[in-house]
Amino acid sequence: MRILEGRDVTKSFGGLAAVSHVDFHIDQGEIVGLIGPNGAGKTTMFNLISASFPLSSGEMEFKSQKLNGLKPHQVCKMGIARTFQQVKIFADMPVLQNVLVGAFFGTPARVSGSGAAQEASQALDFVGLSAISATPAKDLTLVNQKRVEVARALATKPELLLLDELMAGLNPTEVSEAMGLVRKIRDRGITVFMVEHVMKAIMGICERIMVLHHGEKICEGTPQEIARNKQVVEIYLGEEAHAGS
Amino acid sequence: MSIANLTSRRFLLVAGLLLLLLVFLATFPLYTSRSDVLVLTIILMYIILTVSWAMFSGSTGYMSLAPAAFFGVGVYTAALLFSEKWALLPLPAVIVIAGIASFVLALLVGLVTLRLKGIYFAIFTFGLVVLIRQLLVFWELQIVGKRGQHVIAVSGDTVYYVMLGILVVTLLTVYLIRRSRLGLAMQSIGGNEEAAAHMGVNTTMVKVLTFGISAIFMGAAGAIMATRWIYVDPVIAFNVFYSFMPVLMAVFGGMGQLYGPVIGAAIFAYTERALRLQSPYYYMLAFGIILILVILYLPGGLVSLVPKLQNKLAGLISKFWKGGKAEQHANT
Repeated sequence: MRILEGRDVTKSFGGLAAVSHVDFHIDQGEIVGLIGPNGAGKTTMFNLISASFPLSSGEMEFKSQKLNGLKPHQVCKMGIARTFQQVKIFADMPVLQNVLVGAFFGTPARVSGSGAAQEASQALDFVGLSAISATPAKDLTLVNQKRVEVARALATKPELLLLDELMAGLNPTEVSEAMGLVRKIRDRGITVFMVEHVMKAIMGICERIMVLHHGEKICEGTPQEIARNKQVVEIYLGEEAHAGS
Repeated sequence: MSIANLTSRRFLLVAGLLLLLLVFLATFPLYTSRSDVLVLTIILMYIILTVSWAMFSGSTGYMSLAPAAFFGVGVYTAALLFSEKWALLPLPAVIVIAGIASFVLALLVGLVTLRLKGIYFAIFTFGLVVLIRQLLVFWELQIVGKRGQHVIAVSGDTVYYVMLGILVVTLLTVYLIRRSRLGLAMQSIGGNEEAAAHMGVNTTMVKVLTFGISAIFMGAAGAIMATRWIYVDPVIAFNVFYSFMPVLMAVFGGMGQLYGPVIGAAIFAYTERALRLQSPYYYMLAFGIILILVILYLPGGLVSLVPKLQNKLAGLISKFWKGGKAEQHANT
């Protein structure tokens, strides 16, 4: 079943089309990857889905409901949560308070104080931060700040989770832990759409991958298909391979 | 002793102290001079302005320079409804209407301007004060043909008690908001507005509503001050001084805790008064120096001293306690 569908999704800033005429869909229960070189429009795509700014043209539907014209808080309440490429935690608030914001405001129904507290502590438990729930978020390491973002998003009880470069800046051990976390999230029944540069992660956990280049979707398929695609290897993996050698 | 027990004892202690303070404030006019009552009235007024300013600006990070506008609207509401020529309404009704008028103005201004960030919001709110003042000047000179308004005089004690009442309501409201979902939402906006919106916080609604609530108390304080001044004109009512003082007082006291702006405003207003009387020419200079010192050495404001003092005090007490015990042992 399609949980998210975009038709002719386009966003231009002035004359520059950051995302142009992209058709895509996400099925329920999938882990889908979105890759592409820097400036390909991946984060713009996430910003469009989460309503950070409006579409220039085209339309998007979440569970057959139109997303056009909604505000970020409304999209969140519908069941789409996200994390940010550059972490955007509430720095001066303790970890638990950060997650409580999601628990209190992220769902359409009014949540009681004890209900929110329970939801928040479960989310913290899930990402493994229970022990430091009272620490101010700004004092955490990068990997833990990213976990706070995931816990905060999970506390809004999403059906679709957008992860924007969760693995960037993490060391290899942390990357495999994060991969485990993403699988665990999917096993809870939450669909995952992730932007990622860490190839090992994207190839390892995604069932399907879309490739953006200059704002256009150039191909889509299983990790094996993407790895074999000539165009992709040329514009994207090729660069990586050269950089790696 | 269990932690729950300790916190409930602490709560009782704080509640008891607050009650004592309230009794002291409530009986203050009985054993002091009229001028002392006036000084305290003005201190209470500054506490109201500062606490309501800090409730909105301190937590959301939107620096408002509009207090003088809301205060002035309160003053002019009293001037129009509680005028010497026509006393349209009883005083309590005038105070409430002044609060509502400021609330409505804040909602309108908030809807238009709260999308502005940082310095632009500050400048707009500052402009609002000047704009309303000039509109009133124009209205009085060109349309009414007479500058200023006369307000019915009320006894100093009445002004004092009304101000105290407004302060109590302000503190209770701010205390409850800080502990509520609304308080958490404001804090998250101050932390990162974009993230807050994506976590389901209706940021526009929260900002406009809390901006409005903070304006209620400023307007109410303005209305009762008008009855103290008797004569008001736009320049007196919309004095930008009332926009800057709450900011300075809140920074001076520290905004992390509810009592920070209270202490900041109380000490600041009192020293301002004392300095002005003792050295009318240099008081602003002394004032500036104190402010600079606080910002340089106590960026968290005066309240950041409290935990330090607490530690010192606890250290002293435990030392004394041990010393006393040792003495007892020696005696037996």
